Amino acid sequence: MTAEDPLGLPGLPRDAEGPVFRAPWEAQAFGMTLTLFDGGCFSWKEWTQTLGAEIAMARERGDADDGSRYYEYWLAALEKLAVAKGLTTRGEMLARKDEWDRAARATPHGKPIVLPGR
Amino acid sequence: MSDDHHSHDEGSHFSDVELRVRALESLLVDKGLVKPETLDKLVDTYETKLGPRNGARVVARAWTDPAYLQRLRDDASAAIAELGYGGMQGEHMVVVENAAQVHNVVVCTLCSCYPWPLLGLPPVWYKSNAYRSRVVIDPRSVLKEFGVALGDNVEVRVWDSTSEVRYLVLPERPAGTQDMTEDELAELVTRDSMIGTAKL
Repeated sequence: MTAEDPLGLPGLPRDAEGPVFRAPWEAQAFGMTLTLFDGGCFSWKEWTQTLGAEIAMARERGDADDGSRYYEYWLAALEKLAVAKGLTTRGEMLARKDEWDRAARATPHGKPIVLPGR
Repeated sequence: MSDDHHSHDEGSHFSDVELRVRALESLLVDKGLVKPETLDKLVDTYETKLGPRNGARVVARAWTDPAYLQRLRDDASAAIAELGYGGMQGEHMVVVENAAQVHNVVVCTLCSCYPWPLLGLPPVWYKSNAYRSRVVIDPRSVLKEFGVALGDNVEVRVWDSTSEVRYLVLPERPAGTQDMTEDELAELVTRDSMIGTAKL
């Protein structure tokens, strides 16, 4: 890692060897998982098995698995476990994702992006 | 990369993963499963407050307090909790001690388990398939790439983390540090030395 922030995100956490997250969404996905675990939504073993399976699938697909897409696998695993545990559904996630997409596109640069009616 | 975050037309734009994170988070908040302020605090803790410093304090205490070292050997989770660290999934800790003829190195071949409460977030290489697979098969050559040269008389022990057990390497105290305080010693301890991919 160079001294320049690779994503142009000031305040991105780093230690002597480089950033610990490369983008805020990675930290959010990480934090959500720990919060749900802490709330008893799943066991840590269930989490590591889901994440391990996701990484194994990525490798079978031929992904490099060099660590650069780690949090993508993490997020996919979190979505799967959330559905498996009945915390949400695929349909809910897709609908909400679409809401955020439309809200973002309707929001000028520099303004906070919020969902309408919330 | 900046195009992932905002396009050049009027509106804003999230990447696919950003949208998915926002969707999941807002749904979980709506359902009362995640409190935004708890999540923010947690993220902030891992981003800025933890890092490898907590682990470094454990190591420095073990170097300076023989009774603490013994408690760390007997029950690392409890000894680490004495310093106020623990919680989350890092509670089942085992400390493995380096010595003149023993070098320990930690990996998680399944999914990159890592003692977060002690070391913060894992480095990218720790999560890579190359490290996870190679360090088990040929730890000496991997360590050599990290700049750790070990004599033939040094035994290398590789510890594979699981969802139940996490390992912390206790590096050897560097020579010439007998006059240093515990705080000064903690400054010397690096993240990689506690994973086992560096010596001090």
